[in-house]
Amino acid sequence: MEEMHQIAIAKDPAGGRQLNSQISILSAIELIWNLCEILFIEVAPAGSLLLHLLDWIRLHVCEADSLLADVLGSENPSKHESFWNLVTILVLQGRLDEARQMLSKEADANPASAGMCRLLGDLMRTMPILSPGNTQTLTELELKWQHWHEECERHLQDGTFIANPQLECLCKIMLGDEAALLEQKELLSNWYHFLVTRLLYSNPTVKPIDLHYYAQSSLDLFMGGESGPEPLNNILMAAFEFDIHQVIKECSIALSNWWFVAHLTDLLDHCRLLQSHNLYFGSNMREFLLLEYASGLFAHHSMWQLAVDYFDSCPELGRVSLELHIERIPLNTEQKALKVLRICEQRQMTEQVRSICKILAMKAVRNNRLGSALSWSIRAKDAAFATLVSDRFLMDYCDRGCFSDLDLIDNLGPAMMLSDRLTFLGKYREFHRVYGEKRFADAASLLLSLMTSQIAPRSFWMTLLTDALPLLEQKQVIFSAEQTYELMRCLEDLTSERPVRGEPDAQLFQDDDIETTKVEMLRLALARNLARAIIREGSLEGS
Amino acid sequence: MEEIYAKFVSQKISKTRWRPVPSGSLQTAETFATGSWDNEENYVSLWSIGDFGNLDSDGGFEGDHQLLCDIRHHGDVMDLQFFDQERIVAASSTGSVTVFLHHPNNQTLSVNQQWTAAHYHTGPGSPSYSSAPCTGIVCSNPEIVTVGEDGRINFFRADHKEALRTIDNADSSTLHAVTFLRTPEILTVNSIGQLKIWDFRQQGNEPSQILSLTGDRVPLHCVDRHPNQQHVVATGGQDGMLSIWDVRQGTMPVSLLKAHEAEMWEVHFHPSNPDHLFTCSEDGSLWHWDASTDVPEKSSLFHQGGRTSTFLSHSISNQANVHQSLISSWLSTDPAKDRIEITSLLPNKTLSVNSLDVLGPCLVCGTDAEAIYVTRQLFS
Repeated sequence: MEEMHQIAIAKDPAGGRQLNSQISILSAIELIWNLCEILFIEVAPAGSLLLHLLDWIRLHVCEADSLLADVLGSENPSKHESFWNLVTILVLQGRLDEARQMLSKEADANPASAGMCRLLGDLMRTMPILSPGNTQTLTELELKWQHWHEECERHLQDGTFIANPQLECLCKIMLGDEAALLEQKELLSNWYHFLVTRLLYSNPTVKPIDLHYYAQSSLDLFMGGESGPEPLNNILMAAFEFDIHQVIKECSIALSNWWFVAHLTDLLDHCRLLQSHNLYFGSNMREFLLLEYASGLFAHHSMWQLAVDYFDSCPELGRVSLELHIERIPLNTEQKALKVLRICEQRQMTEQVRSICKILAMKAVRNNRLGSALSWSIRAKDAAFATLVSDRFLMDYCDRGCFSDLDLIDNLGPAMMLSDRLTFLGKYREFHRVYGEKRFADAASLLLSLMTSQIAPRSFWMTLLTDALPLLEQKQVIFSAEQTYELMRCLEDLTSERPVRGEPDAQLFQDDDIETTKVEMLRLALARNLARAIIREGSLEGS
Repeated sequence: MEEIYAKFVSQKISKTRWRPVPSGSLQTAETFATGSWDNEENYVSLWSIGDFGNLDSDGGFEGDHQLLCDIRHHGDVMDLQFFDQERIVAASSTGSVTVFLHHPNNQTLSVNQQWTAAHYHTGPGSPSYSSAPCTGIVCSNPEIVTVGEDGRINFFRADHKEALRTIDNADSSTLHAVTFLRTPEILTVNSIGQLKIWDFRQQGNEPSQILSLTGDRVPLHCVDRHPNQQHVVATGGQDGMLSIWDVRQGTMPVSLLKAHEAEMWEVHFHPSNPDHLFTCSEDGSLWHWDASTDVPEKSSLFHQGGRTSTFLSHSISNQANVHQSLISSWLSTDPAKDRIEITSLLPNKTLSVNSLDVLGPCLVCGTDAEAIYVTRQLFS
């Protein structure tokens, strides 16, 4: 905050104004927060309540310290122009020891008023206050205070301080004289300071429940009836009335985002101060506010990671809200996607993982990054998508006659098991490899198993059979009779299924022509192979 | 206990890199660069940990790192490398690669050179141009090698407008990181768990070697080569597993060490103390792996050089005990024995630690919790 102060002063007016407004909002927030702590959480009883309030004022009205440093630093403190202002402020804030020190300086400098200064100093010293370790009861304190008050009054009546108007003024303040206090409006600067000073010097053992009477009257007296409904005043008044819900309501209206309210409510809820105020939307107020805040964070481009923790701490609706929000984060790089997926996986949100991976895999397929698409479908354990990717590969093969991305297909590893189509792809590639290494027997049995195990898609059978052609035409017999029968059966299955095409389309005729030629060639090759196989198996060396 | 200084900088940090100190000088690292991500405006910034503060009682330096200068960067900073003392190369999620120049006299950064369409899915000529993020950079003056989500490898040279060489479709999946192996070779890791070695003396577009695990194809995210022994490579995977590979032998890793609970983003061998390895991960932790053995006569830095180690590898069987520290302790690691000591360096786990860098006794790392941590006493 101090840095912001400095920047605000140093920078140009426009930037400075914005920073100033931010500073004022931050100080107001701190003010409200501290007051809530004192009234709601610490629940200070009468007596110590005033001490806490004094601390609160001293913390938030801080011109006194800088002025003190200023005056003490000067050569002749008591001749400093703000000397009396300083002493008055010290008295207003109840810092009587320091005020006494100032007075003693004045006494040294000005022997004529030394006597009066000493007298006033004595009065200051003897003011009874409740110190934390003290064991006096409240009634004792009250009696002592009453006694002291009468003594001050007596001094004033006797005209002890007539000669020095400032000292007389101070005495009146210490008596809690409202008129005298109101004269110091400038130094008090706001009504809650007025309230606390007034309480200090007229009713130090004030009880919490009486607080709001004093607050209301202080506000009226200080503002002189011209107070508009300022948000800060409303909030503080609600706090003095111990109306937590009103405080939260006023803060929500006054502040532009949910940060402060969400955290304050959370704190109060943890202290069990909020009865479950059932709103028509979902659960209690704390959760509602936290959900609102977290949703706001999700809308921010980089703070969505923080919002996740907030959702986690909402027991009823947090998970559902998180599920809805996390799918909608824009993902422009894979790294961000990985972080989002990690969040989902840690919370077992498998549906979201699947849907995000599907989106990424689709994007990858569109960009022709089949390897990425496959790795996303493996992550999501999405068999359907893996099938899609493999179909894409197979289509590429049919179009081009060779495989693209061999590095991927060759090294599929156990991921092959994810989907049937993928397994087929891997095995088919293996067939090509084995064939390339001229291990024809192995290639043959692999090819056969591909066809008989039903993992090959129907559309691909023709290609497989065509692949079998060179094996059938080899000099040596590779397929045994059994295997040849199998192949023939597959061919029959394939051809018997094909519906008769009636359209007189030229292209179709040509295709059919090619098809029938292929089928004929296959039938011929199969028959020849069968013949040779039977002969070989029937003869003596056949084993 | 090392002292770590943390500073919150209001931007999520994706990369941190020390500025290299001039070789032969006794200076320690003083300046580092960071890149941010996921903001509407991302920045590449330079920070200094120089002697701003006073010497405290143990002679250490007080004070956090201070911002020297920064410059806007389009897109997320996906990778950052120092090209030389003044130039920084940054890879962007928009597919461009930019070289920034630091002017020390007025402490500013400016754009020196930029290759805007280094990585793309469909090229700049076609109507449906779509760019791809550039994911990794490695530099060795005057060359810059970049890889990206489009599976492309680019070879650039500083001050040349066009790429020297491009290998299109080098990989069907995303290339995550790249490093130099021996001089004409680079090694890339991809998202189907493969390491590929490319030799750019060869004209073809095929890798000269492919290594991978036989088990699940876990994507690999980061790679680093041992500073002295160029065949030893460490990789980090999506499941947080650290693997050490020997590229001369076989296609399998030498050791697999279960490490983090989530993706490992970066792995670094310490450049002058290669028995120490550092890894950082999405689970918010940063680990220091210490494989130095407790040999009474610890050999000096000089003996860990490349020349003597090859000579001794032949006689390893005779003199195994005495010269153990000369052979890479990473390759001979048997995880069952208590030889690797692992310490976690960050005080508490927060969001992901995205990046780290080590130089001498200094370590810097950046997290998603918008904080930068620096320690100057790694080995105390």
